[in-house]
Formats: sequence, structure tokens, C-alpha cells
Amino acid sequence: MEDEQSFSDICGGRLALQRRFYSPSCLEFCLSCPRITLRSLTAVTCTVWLAAYGLFTLCENTMILSAAIFITLLGLLGYLHFVKIDHETLLIIDSLGIQMTSSYASGKESTTFIEMGQVNDVVINEAIYMQKVIYYLCILLKDPVEPHGISQVVPLFQSAKPRLDCLIEVYRSCQDILAHQKATSTSPEGGDKIISASNRRSHSGMGAYWHRQEDKR
Amino acid sequence: MGLVSRGAAEAGRGAASAVDRPGPPDAVPNPTPTPPAEGADPGSSRSPGMVLKAFFPTCCASADSGLLVGRWVPEQSSAVVLAVVHFPFIPIQVKELLAQVQQASQVGVTVLGTWCHRRQEPEESLGHFLEGLGAIFSHRPWFQLCRERGSKSWSCKATHWQGPASPAASGEDQVMLIFYDQRKVLLSQLHPPTALPDRQAGDTTASAGGLAAVFDTVARSEALFQSDRFDEGPVRLSHWQSEGMEASILVELAKWAAGPVCLFLACLLSLISAASACRVFKLWPLSFIWSKLSTCEQLRHRLEQLTLIFSTRKAESPAQLMRKANMLVSVLLDVALGLMLLSWLHRKDLIGQLADALIPVADRVAEELQHLLQWLMGAPAGLKMNRALDQVLGRFFLYHIHLWISYIHLMSPFIERILWHVGLSACLGLTVALSILSDIIALLTFHIYCFYVYGARLYCLKIHGLSSLWRLFRGKKWNVLRQRVDSCSYDLDQLFIGTLLFTILVFLLPTTALYYLVFTLLRLLVVAVQGLIHLLVDLINSLPLYSLGLRLCRPYRLAAGVKFRVLEHETGRPLRLLMQINPLPYSRVVHTYRLPTCGCHPKHSWGSLCRKLFFGELIYPWRQRGNKQD
Repeated sequence: MEDEQSFSDICGGRLALQRRFYSPSCLEFCLSCPRITLRSLTAVTCTVWLAAYGLFTLCENTMILSAAIFITLLGLLGYLHFVKIDHETLLIIDSLGIQMTSSYASGKESTTFIEMGQVNDVVINEAIYMQKVIYYLCILLKDPVEPHGISQVVPLFQSAKPRLDCLIEVYRSCQDILAHQKATSTSPEGGDKIISASNRRSHSGMGAYWHRQEDKR
Repeated sequence: MGLVSRGAAEAGRGAASAVDRPGPPDAVPNPTPTPPAEGADPGSSRSPGMVLKAFFPTCCASADSGLLVGRWVPEQSSAVVLAVVHFPFIPIQVKELLAQVQQASQVGVTVLGTWCHRRQEPEESLGHFLEGLGAIFSHRPWFQLCRERGSKSWSCKATHWQGPASPAASGEDQVMLIFYDQRKVLLSQLHPPTALPDRQAGDTTASAGGLAAVFDTVARSEALFQSDRFDEGPVRLSHWQSEGMEASILVELAKWAAGPVCLFLACLLSLISAASACRVFKLWPLSFIWSKLSTCEQLRHRLEQLTLIFSTRKAESPAQLMRKANMLVSVLLDVALGLMLLSWLHRKDLIGQLADALIPVADRVAEELQHLLQWLMGAPAGLKMNRALDQVLGRFFLYHIHLWISYIHLMSPFIERILWHVGLSACLGLTVALSILSDIIALLTFHIYCFYVYGARLYCLKIHGLSSLWRLFRGKKWNVLRQRVDSCSYDLDQLFIGTLLFTILVFLLPTTALYYLVFTLLRLLVVAVQGLIHLLVDLINSLPLYSLGLRLCRPYRLAAGVKFRVLEHETGRPLRLLMQINPLPYSRVVHTYRLPTCGCHPKHSWGSLCRKLFFGELIYPWRQRGNKQD
């Protein structure tokens, strides 16, 4: 079962959220970022070549022109392979874990998988980002030493940066699966975690933020 | 704000209602203590609706029907299937084989269920037969995997057998099929994310997670994969090596030859190290020289590495094996680059040209220094120096340079011979050649080093004198006992002489400071050049080339984790996932496997360096291991 919705990111660009429902225990969200436009590509290429031509008229050295072409090509390849993210995918599998994949424009994919045993919770945090205050979805990892503590905060959808409405969609589905997983896990602590209020320490995110006390009673 | 907490409250209410369901009636008390992070009850305690995971090797997906053999991990409620036992078989022999494997590998291998690879609709008798097998090999839960030949539809049931009487009493759980490549999982080595420094090593194993258990199970069950389908044994197995054991002729030959070669080389190396450790080299002048030359340091480092590589003891852990392999590749690359350099030098007869050019270059450097001193003795940059001190210092340094030139001219007939022998040493490795180059630069600029020391000592003396006399000028004194400045009453003649000396030193300060500045800059230039060479040597020494090559060519060997892909899914069928290995990024490969170097790194930060320069203390940019200069 697949459906697609349209949202916007914090800068106003269009995002497309595709949700694939494989089974009650497996869900996939795919957030597509705005594509690289012909206009921006042409603008950058023209700027670089005009600057190179200007230098050429000063220095009378043809190496500058070939160097400019070389730089443009390499820069474009590098940008597509290392910088420009095409879409980000979040795959949640009940009792297995959460997987985040970033696909670059050149086809490269970089994946991180977090096992369910390490996941404490998935929450929406606020953060101060440059001159804005934004919401972002993040995974809280368990502390191996302290069972109810948190050792790390892993932010999701960092390149797409969707707005709160999109985040709430993802958050609700994640919480359904996490709740189902906690209820059916064989760990005796699983039930206790939901019933008792868990106090979480603040951690540093993208700049300063304050964390809401999530009371799950 | 309000949206978030409302969402959380809804989720909390939903979860709380989920927990209110009645718990399982047949909870078995846990006999063995479990780690607190995962505290699970083994075996039969389960909640309804729980999803079981079955890790299935891709090589067995086309195997004929039979029994599933593997390990059940109750903490993760997952079953790792290792092989398929085909019909016909005698149950006693299967149990014997499994007991043997269990003893050899310390892995709890059992029969997990049945595997049915059928062509068309299932026959009833086969279905009953397969269920009957569940009674012979009792295992909870009992898996029944089924696949239609030629199509992608799989079905999987996991039953908790309550008894043969009422099948309705047995509960069924949902099963998730996870396919994995057995060969890759066997050969790969999992690198968990770097633990935080304040955690102990013991904690990480407890929270290592289910996937580490899967990797561990497959890696330790090598005993199960020893028999292939060409063996005439009583039991026919299907696994990744069932088409024939995987081996390479070159690897086997290398292993066979490695024994005697290692023994021979180990003896040779122990002879060399015994010779180098003999008493003659510990006498004072020689030991001082050895400790200063970076060539000796590099040679010693290489000797240690070679001793480690060719030691006859086997590597205990995979990390040690990787380290040995990295060292070997590093030494080989070093020697190859050295030989290339040697051939290049000899082809163009560069050694002769270098020897011819060396003396004029040294002369030129000395001439430039003389010009510099003449400039300092005049009015450098328009500053007015104290003529008498200026002349003294300038003449002293000029005489020093004159001595140096004479020494170089004395050495000139022997230069070419020395350089030729030094060039030969490049066949020991490029790092040795670079170290020798660094030492030659140090020797050729020895006079600059001497000038720097003279200038620094003079300046240091002046600064100390000035600070002490300044305290006297103000009526204070440095209390050595209390390590602080105390007031003190001086006699009139003490004050008089002290003020005179203070004035003299203050007026002589610009001259000394200028000489100190010029020679310190020259010395820093030489140190920078030597530092670059040492950086290159360190790079060649410490780069783990074997690990990088492994990451490039066999990325599954170094695993940072796993990644999952959801395969085609039809409603009503179990969820199928493909587990692939996520290779380690290059930066982590270098960070984890980098080789230890000589450790000759500058020990002080920029701040302390500036402080030392200001006060005229001597800078030693790198300390040789354990030795202190002066």
C-alpha cells in the first residue's frame, strides 16, 4: 500500500512524502528533496566561464580556459556525488530496527541501521538553526549503563528539513510501531517503560534547544 | 508546541492500552541470570502477536526439501538457519552430527524445523509427514518454511507445539524472513560503533545486539560447513560450501611455504638485532649519534616491524592479523618505492651530479649567510645598533662560517663516495632514503643550528638578567624558597650598580634581539623542511594499505553494520527482507587500523611555542624516543 503527499521544507521548497505500508510491522517513508534545476546549473557554469574568460583576457594563457572547463566538470561530479541528496528514506521494522538511507543524485546510497534494542524513543525536538527555530525528528538511543537514560540523539531527514506537518505524519506512524513493539517484546522492562514517566536529560542538538518532558502516562 | 504534546499523549494512551492486554499464561521462570539491558525470558514466554525472525541463507533458497538446521536465539526471538539436511536421513545420525558440531564449535546447533521446496500443490501425506517430524525433533517454536518452485511465493509458519492431541491449542506466530549471504557473513568482521570512553568493555558485549549474535553464530559454525555434497557421509547437507570447499592454490602454497620461510627470516632478524644490541654501540659517542639520527630510528622501527611479521607465533585475533598484513604491505611498498627511486637516480646519474652540486650549494649558503651578517653589522632595516657589540657578534659568527667552509672543502673528495653508498640504502626503503635526506639537511645546516643556539642563549641570559634587575629597580626580589616575588631592601651601592647594569642591558637589547630573531627564523625554516620530510615518512609508515585495499576490493570483509531491503511483498505472505553488509567508511578504516609510528610529533602547542620563543628557551621540535637533548 503506497500513498504520496506533498509538503514543504523550512525554506519553502516542495517535498514529496511517499509512504509504503508493507505490513503492520514494517513501514517505509521516502522524502524527496527538490531537484537540481537547469537554471541554477546554467547560472553557475556561466559565472565560472565568464570569470575564466576575464582572467584569460588578462593573462593570455589558454590553460585557464581548459582549467575552467575541468573545474566545472569535476565540481559538478563532486557536487552530485557527495553533496546533493535526492531522497531520504526511513524504514522501520518492528523488532528489528530503524534504517535511514540517503540517496545522492549520482546514485550513491549511504545507509545507517540502528537496532531496536538501542532505540529508546522517536521524538520531535525544537532547535535553533542559524536565525530560525525549527522542528526536527530524532531517535533517542539508550544508554547501556543507565537503562532509562539517553546516550545519543540521532537527527533524521537532515537534508530535506521538512516542516512540522510532515514530521507529525512520520512521528505518528513511528510511535504506533514502537508502541506495538514495546507491547509485544519479551523484555519485562518493555511494559514498565510505557507506564512510568521517563525523565530525559537534555542533550546538545544542532545548537541550543530545550527538550520537552514527554509524559507518557 | 501543543501539537507535539497532543501527539505524544495520544501515543502514550495507545501504548498503555496495548499493555493492558492479558499477559501470557505459561511463563517459565528464568533459571540463568540475563544481562540487565535485554532481560528476556528464554523460550516459551511470549506475548500474542509477536513477530519471530528467521535468518535464511540465500544459497539454500533453491535447495531440495529437508530439515532446517541452525541456532535459536531466544533473547531476540530469532532463528539463524545454517544449513538444510536433505531426505533421506536417519534421525539418530542427524542428532549425532549436530552433537559433534556443537562440541566442536560451542554453538547450540539444533533442528529448527522443516523446509519444503515443492513443484505444485502440496500433497496431504507430505504435510502430515513434515508435522510428524516436529514430534521427533522437539524444538519450540517449530518452523515450517515452504516455497513454490519457480515462483517467489514463500510461506512460513512457526508453531508452539502443545501436544499431538489438539492442534488448535498450539499458537502460531508471525514470522519475518530475512535472507543473508552466508559466505559474506561468515567472512566479514563486524566493527561496532566506537564506544564512548567512559564505558567499560564489558558493557558493550551485553548490548551488542541481535545482529552481532547472527554474525557470531555463522562465523563459529565452520565445523558444519566442512562436508560438501560430494562426501559419502550419512547425512546430506546444503549450505554455502555444499558445491565444494572453497580454497585457492596460491593461498595454500603460501601457507605451506610460510612456515620454513618465517623460521629462516626470524633467525636472521634475531641475529641482526643481537648484533645491533651489542656493547660496542652503547659507548657514549656512538650512542649519542645514533639517538640523534632519524635514520637509525627508522631502521630500528622497520626491524621491529619485520620481527613481528616473521615471528613464528600465529596471530591470536583478527586485529593482529590485519596489523601484520598492513605492516607487510607497508614494508613491500616502501622497498618498491625505494628501488624505483634508486633506478631513477642511477639512470640519470643523478648521484654524480648531486655530489658535484653539493659543494657549490654549501658555499653559496655560506656566502649568503656572510652577506646577511654584513647587513646586520651595518644598519639593518634602518635600525641603529650598538656598534661595539654588533662588531663582536658579527665577527664571531663570520669566523664560525669560515671554519665551516674549510670543513666542507676538506670533506669534498669523499662526498661522491658517501653519496653513492647513501643512495644504495634506498633499496632498504623510501622511508630510509627520506630519513637520510633529513639527516643530511641537518648536518649541512649545522652551523645555522649553532648560530641559533648561541643567539638564543645570549638572548635568554639577557632576558633573565633584565627581569631580575627590573625587580631590583622596583625594590623587589625573587624568593626561591617560596617561589614568588617579595619586597626587599637593598643597600645604596647595590641599587646603584644594579641600575647601571640594567641600563646597559636595556640598551644592548635591540642588537641581541635582532640577531636572535634572524637566526631563529632561519632555524625554523630548516625545522619546517625537516618536519615535512618526517611527515611524509610517518605517512608511509602508518597508512594501513592492506585494510584500504581490502575495503576497496572486498568491501564485505570490513563491516560497519548491516542494511535491509524489503523484497516483493504480497498480502497474506510473510514479510521478506534482504540483509546486506554495510561496509566501513574509509575514514574509519584508516582510524581503526593505522599502524603505530615512531611517535616523533611536536609535543607543545602554538601557545607554549610562542612563549618559549619570547623567553629565548631552546626549542627541540621532536624528541627521539626516550632520549633528552642536553
